[in-house]
Amino acid sequence: MFVNALFLALSEIRRNLMRSVLTMIGIVIGIASVIAMVNIGKGASASVTESVSKLGSRSLFIVPGQSKGMGGQSTTATPFELKDIEVLKNTIFSLEAVSGVENTTLTVLYADKNYHTGIRGVENDYLVIQDWQIEMGRAFEKSELRSGLSVCIVGKTVTNKLFDTGINPIGKKIRLEHFSCEAIGVLKEKGANTFGMDQDDAVLVPLKMFQRRISGSNTIHTIMSSVKKGIPLEEATIQIRRIMREQRSLSKEDEDDFSIFTMQALLSTISGITQMLTVMLGFVAAISLVVGGIGIMNIMLVSVTERTREIGIRLAIGATADDILTQFLIESIVLSALGGIIGIIVGLMISWGVSHVMDIAFIVDSLTISVALVVSMAIGILFGFVPARKAAEKNPIEALRYE
Amino acid sequence: MISLEHLGKSYGVGEIKTEVLKDINLHIEKGEFVAIMGPSGSGKSTLMNIIGCLDRPSTGKYFFEEIAIDQLNSDQRALFRRYKLGFVFQGYNLLKKTSAIENVEMPLVYQGISAKKRHSLAYEALKSVGLEAYLERDPSQLSGGQQQRVAIARAIVTNPSLLLADEPTGNLDTKKSHEIMMLLSDFHTKGSTIIMVTHEEEMAQYASRIIHLRDGEVERIEDVR
Repeated sequence: MFVNALFLALSEIRRNLMRSVLTMIGIVIGIASVIAMVNIGKGASASVTESVSKLGSRSLFIVPGQSKGMGGQSTTATPFELKDIEVLKNTIFSLEAVSGVENTTLTVLYADKNYHTGIRGVENDYLVIQDWQIEMGRAFEKSELRSGLSVCIVGKTVTNKLFDTGINPIGKKIRLEHFSCEAIGVLKEKGANTFGMDQDDAVLVPLKMFQRRISGSNTIHTIMSSVKKGIPLEEATIQIRRIMREQRSLSKEDEDDFSIFTMQALLSTISGITQMLTVMLGFVAAISLVVGGIGIMNIMLVSVTERTREIGIRLAIGATADDILTQFLIESIVLSALGGIIGIIVGLMISWGVSHVMDIAFIVDSLTISVALVVSMAIGILFGFVPARKAAEKNPIEALRYE
Repeated sequence: MISLEHLGKSYGVGEIKTEVLKDINLHIEKGEFVAIMGPSGSGKSTLMNIIGCLDRPSTGKYFFEEIAIDQLNSDQRALFRRYKLGFVFQGYNLLKKTSAIENVEMPLVYQGISAKKRHSLAYEALKSVGLEAYLERDPSQLSGGQQQRVAIARAIVTNPSLLLADEPTGNLDTKKSHEIMMLLSDFHTKGSTIIMVTHEEEMAQYASRIIHLRDGEVERIEDVR
């Protein structure tokens, strides 16, 4: 009987193909959006995790001042100096690399081209921390760093903006507003970072040179470092904190006037946000599923009325009320399950497309898919029950008389 | 085979109560071909529905081969219809957009008979009404007479104990009507028990007995042969 009801449902759906397709669309949209939202959300957070761990799950940032959240450091806090970096380098062996970082933006010029970009005063350790390779040319030499010579390493984006194809940037003099520096290297392309910022849109100069010719002071506003493999970040953080408190002569009662951030902390904040967004978007999508279910109920009610005579014939011929109930229930379950399957395929296609465009991981979450399938069938039962019961409760004589 | 004792059917209560059938006493034997006649409003359709287990009597008893039909609940009546009865209606009542053979197979589906057996039984039934060449035709592609033959095939495919025909020739011209009556008559000679409602004297003459109803009561019973 069940198999027969299944065949009956399929042939009924085929008989009213247009209407069945329109009915299914509600479920298709609902399931597709849930699948897409969850998969894209998971893909995004996987990509964030991956890119963060790639570029610096082991890196630490030290900035002056204390702030509750990220950014917005206190202006009154004393910046760091080169000697702080020297002390960190010499005393904390758990650190693999330490570099001061100073940032500003300037217009750079070469020949008749100019481009506004980020200028970063760094040391060679910065390349180690960022795991950044030199594509062409070389890194800074010790003497250049010590004396602050006017040399620079150019990011890929800047290279493309300033130099025509075919021109070798190495050895060329670039003007940074009022002074010029010689390009000694080109950085390997890195692409956008986790936050969508183009990392290649930068020019690196020796920190000393930055201090002397751009900022005009000995201050350093960020210290970046990376921790050696196998050493917990917490341990390194504690060591840095102790050294920095000493360096900045803080007494026991004083609070830290600097902050140490890890990429890990950042990562968990971001993945927390993406997770919340995923849940919220999934919830919104789930509402459309309910709307789709109501669509099924609506059409099934119309169908039951339309097929009153058929129900009468079936009852006269020997169908029990349960047979009729089963027939209509299976029809709505098949309808919603088909909608669910199509929705899963569409949803996967959408998430594949989006993951391609947004350059995030394409993740097929099998749990979500099976849940979607079960939910769509449950919708068929839930919203198919009322029409099916209405069909089963029909009086055979009246149903046979129905025109 | 069928015995109706003091059978009554009424609708409503109190002042608006209408008695459609009053104190019907009838006995129909196995192998009979009975026609029920009467003017409209005489209660012949109601009687037919009660005999066909589609409706329940308000009073009285209805026995079918010793089964007290008036005591059955709606599921039991459905099963009774499934295994014991075959219906032919005035309006054919075939399923739309469903081939002739699928229509005929339908009662067998509810009996839980395998697809292969269903097909061969349905084929035999359609052959017996002379429609073996129209198996895959949709009802809309068949004439009225042919549709009624499909309906007859559907009614006899389960080899029912009783064949009920409600105005089977009501929608057909005289020539087609006689063809259908010949067919029913043929099944009667082969041993089927048939009860037919009609208002056409000419068609009633095919039966062996005619029960005349008037105002919900049996007016007279006429033996044809």
